[in-house]
Order: sequence, then structure tokens, then C-alpha cells
Amino acid sequence: MSNQTSVKMVNKTTLGDKLRTYLKHPGSFIVMLLVMLAAIITFAVLIFLIAYILINGFPHITPSLFSLEYTSENASVIPALVNTIIMTVLSLVIAVPFGIFSAIFLVEYAPRGNKFVEIIRLTTETLQGIPSIVYGLFGMLLFVNALGWGFSLLAGAFTLAIMILPLIMRNTEEALKAVPDSYREGSFGLGAGKLRTVFRIVLPSAIPGVLAGVILAIGRIVGETAALMYTSGTVAQIQDSIMGSGRTLALHMYNLSSEGLYMDQAYATAVILLILVVGINAL
Amino acid sequence: MKSKAWTEKFMQGVFFVAACASVLAVALICIFLFANGIPAMREIGFIKFITGEIWRPNSDQFGILPMIVGSLYVTAGAIIFGVPIGILTSVFMAMYCPKQIYKPLKAATELLAGIPSVIYGFFGLVVVVPLIREMGTALHRVGLVKNPGNGNSILTASLILGMMILPTIIGTTESAMRAVPSHYYEGSLALGATKERSIFRVIIPAAKSGVITGIVLGIGRAIGETMAVIMIVGNQARLTTSILDGIRTLTGNIVIEMGYATGLHREALIATGVVLFVFILIINLCVALLKRGADHE
Repeated sequence: MSNQTSVKMVNKTTLGDKLRTYLKHPGSFIVMLLVMLAAIITFAVLIFLIAYILINGFPHITPSLFSLEYTSENASVIPALVNTIIMTVLSLVIAVPFGIFSAIFLVEYAPRGNKFVEIIRLTTETLQGIPSIVYGLFGMLLFVNALGWGFSLLAGAFTLAIMILPLIMRNTEEALKAVPDSYREGSFGLGAGKLRTVFRIVLPSAIPGVLAGVILAIGRIVGETAALMYTSGTVAQIQDSIMGSGRTLALHMYNLSSEGLYMDQAYATAVILLILVVGINAL
Repeated sequence: MKSKAWTEKFMQGVFFVAACASVLAVALICIFLFANGIPAMREIGFIKFITGEIWRPNSDQFGILPMIVGSLYVTAGAIIFGVPIGILTSVFMAMYCPKQIYKPLKAATELLAGIPSVIYGFFGLVVVVPLIREMGTALHRVGLVKNPGNGNSILTASLILGMMILPTIIGTTESAMRAVPSHYYEGSLALGATKERSIFRVIIPAAKSGVITGIVLGIGRAIGETMAVIMIVGNQARLTTSILDGIRTLTGNIVIEMGYATGLHREALIATGVVLFVFILIINLCVALLKRGADHE
């Protein structure tokens, strides 16, 4: 912020002054135009994408799209929606404790400059860079085949949990670091132990940061396709057990559009998916 | 008192074990991928696998060169479209954006990152593919290109991937530019340089490592992107030189054939994943080195 205010002070120019400078330096003017053009392209493309899908999709949202059973006639989204919710909850249940605990270890317990901490950082960054299809392959090899779970929501959830772990870790870590040391000292001074300090003082103050990580993770889970295709499978029905196979909304959307028979429903599903993601982002 | 000390120790152990999870995950991913992929590479012959030009699983020909080239093509295309626009947009965000609209615009770039890849793919399928198809036909009619293509092409995938890597580049570049001390900029202005000259000759060179990190992260995202690409790139496993032709990427190869592959074919697909994984590890290493370099400066 200090950057901006100081810039203002140096740059107290009127519009006329600016125009005169640009007349003297046409190169700068062209560069400025390019910058504006690029910004306009970026935001115009985003607005066009959202508007296009909403405008073309809304008319296709019909009551039959929301029937409880998926049939080849209605291409209902409800089973996929239910599976998405189950998948989100399961993945979070697995990943959040691990993410928070490891962040606590990194910030509160690990000695500074420890080699092991370096390794954890490195692996977290590696995890963040791995593309979802590689997670999908790994999930298929480990959970579906080696552990013999078959295509199941559970296998998908474990795969996604590994994928979102770095997101939750990162955000929690940042939030824990932002808690002032005086909180900890105050707590110690009152005679609380380390554990009590962490759970009663530090973690509660870091909750907003943790939640930000969780929300990012939910967005990622809802939009994920490649990692789920060969782990949770593509059955379009509500399952009564987490060992059953079920497709999430994003995967449902992919199947609809790649089959090419349900373009109208694909548009409608895109609207629902987009609204979900925008909603999650707006939180 | 004694039980309390015990709980402290116990929980410390729990935290430590949790912290090991990410290390364990990376180790498991490496072990499972390599253990399942390398035997196939050995059976096919590593050199033959990497440089083979023909992918025909039915006749036991497993050459993934077309897919490697395909991934490189679409990634290069994404860089060509995404990097200039991304960097210029981050200049706008860091230096030009009026304060009142900064917040919504920032949220918009974050939304760009949050939109699922199927949506991008779908958008490409219903908007960009027909556009490119018409363009190809028009060019073909004039006689500029030999093959008009059907719209599912390298160009289409490059455009969509260019869009998808924008938020990565904008985020990293913008924060790198903001981290440049403001007196650099002020000094440049005081010497009589225009705002634009100060930005492009002083701030961007100073933020160089951040800008490059952003580009490398963008490359990683583009090369690993799967669903959006297979929806719009045509997926023909072949070598081609026309950007209006379809091609198949490493990621696409895995997703398209994994559903029905068995035996050596299946292992060859996992080996494709290994090649992709190695690409990504190299990119990650570059990012880590760049970050370390930036810290030392």
C-alpha cells in the first residue's frame, strides 16, 4: 500500500499533463494501450465465458434434470450432485486433520531451519505441482488396485485428500504464523501448557485462515475430473455405500459433453457447476 | 501432572506423524508410478518408447513421441497466448488499476483460477472449436492451408490453455512486481522516464525471478492439463506440423485409453504417466531453484 501512496505523490499530474507526456513519448503511449488492451482481454474473456454458459444454459434447466434417478432420458444431475457432496465431505474429513496437524507441527513444534522441515516444504510444493491425472493414475494403482477397493467414492476421496493436503497445510501455516507471539507468551505466562496454548489460543485465532484453505480445497474438489475418472468411476447413481462407484458433477458434465448426445443437459450442468464454483469462490 | 506431560508428548508425536503425511504421499506416488511404469519401458525399450513415432497398441507398437511433441506444442502455444497477456494484465493490476475496481478485478482473476477445467473444455468445445473450424475452412478456400482441419486443433487447445494459465501468471507476476521497493520506481520517474519506461525498464527487470517463476508454473499447469485439452485437441496420435491439425497430449493418451487397456498396453499408459511425472518434477525443480535464487538476491 505504501507503494501506491508514494507513487501518487510523485505522480501528481493532471490528465492534460499525461496526454502531453504521451504525445512526447509515443512509445510509452503504445505500451500503455497494450497494457489496457491485455487487461480488457483478460476480463472480457472471463465475462464472456460466464455469460455464454449462463445464457445458453439457463433455458435448459428443466424439472426433469432434478429427478432423483438418473436415466438415459433425463440425464439428471441429482445423483452427481449428491456424490459431489459425499466426495467433498469425505476428502475434507481425511485431509483437514492431517493438514492442520502438520501445519501445527511446522509452525509450533519444529525447530527453525530443521532439515526435516525443509523436506516437508519441498514435498508439499511438489504435491502442489503434480497434475491431477497423475494423482488419478496413482489413486488407481494404490487404492483401486493394490488395496482392492475397486472404483469407489472412498478411493476417489483418498486421492483428492492427497491433492488438497498442500492447500490446507499452506493456508493453515500462514494463518498460524500470523498469530502474534504475545498470545502464546500470555498463555504460557498464565501457566497453560504447550498443547493447551495451541488448541485454545493459537488455533482459534487462526480459524479464518484455515477456513480459507478449506474453501479453496472445496473448489478444487468440486471441479476435479481427471483424478476421479479412474478412482471413483463414472456410475451415475446415488450409492448406498462409500465403497460404491459414483461420478461427481464435473465428471458427469464431462461425460455428457463427450458423449455428445446430451448437449442441452451438458449446458444446464455447466450452469449448475459454474454457479457452485462462483458461489464457493465468493465465500 | 505426569499424565499431562504424557499427553503433551503423545500429541507432539501425532503432529509429527501428520507432518510426515506429505512426505509419505510423494514417496508413495513415486514408488507406485515408477514400479508400474518402468517394467513396461524396459519391455518396450526405453529409447524405442520415447522416440517411437507410432502408437498402435493393437500391433504392440508403443512410441510416445507424438504425444510428447503434442504436449510441447500445446504448452508452447499456451505460453505464446498466455504469457504476454498475463504479464501485461499484471502490470495493469499492479500499476494502473484504480483502487475502486481493484478488489473485484482481483476476485475475477481468482475466479479464473477456480473455474473447473471441464468448463473451460466445454467452452472451447462449443465456442472456440467452431470458430477455428470456420477459420480453417476460410483459409483453405483461399489456398493458404492444405488441410482445413475440423476445429479440434493445436490452435484451439493453445487458446484455451492460454486462458487457463492466465491466473497463475498474473498472480505470481503481480506479487513479484509489488515486492519491488517503490524507490526504484520513484527514482526512475525522477530521472524523467515515463511511467511505462519505468515499469518495463526498472520494475519488471527487478521482478524478473518472480515473472519467470510465474511462467514456469504456467508451463507446469499447461503440460499437466487433461480434461480441457482432450475435449478440444482432436486426440490423434500423430506427428504434424500444422497448428490446425489435431494432436494428442501425454495426459490425453492416459485418459482416453486407460478405460479399456490391459496388459502391456495398460503398463505403457502408466509409463506415459511416468514420463509426464518426470517432466513435472523437472519443472518443480526449476521453480524451487528460481525461488532459492530469488531468496539469495
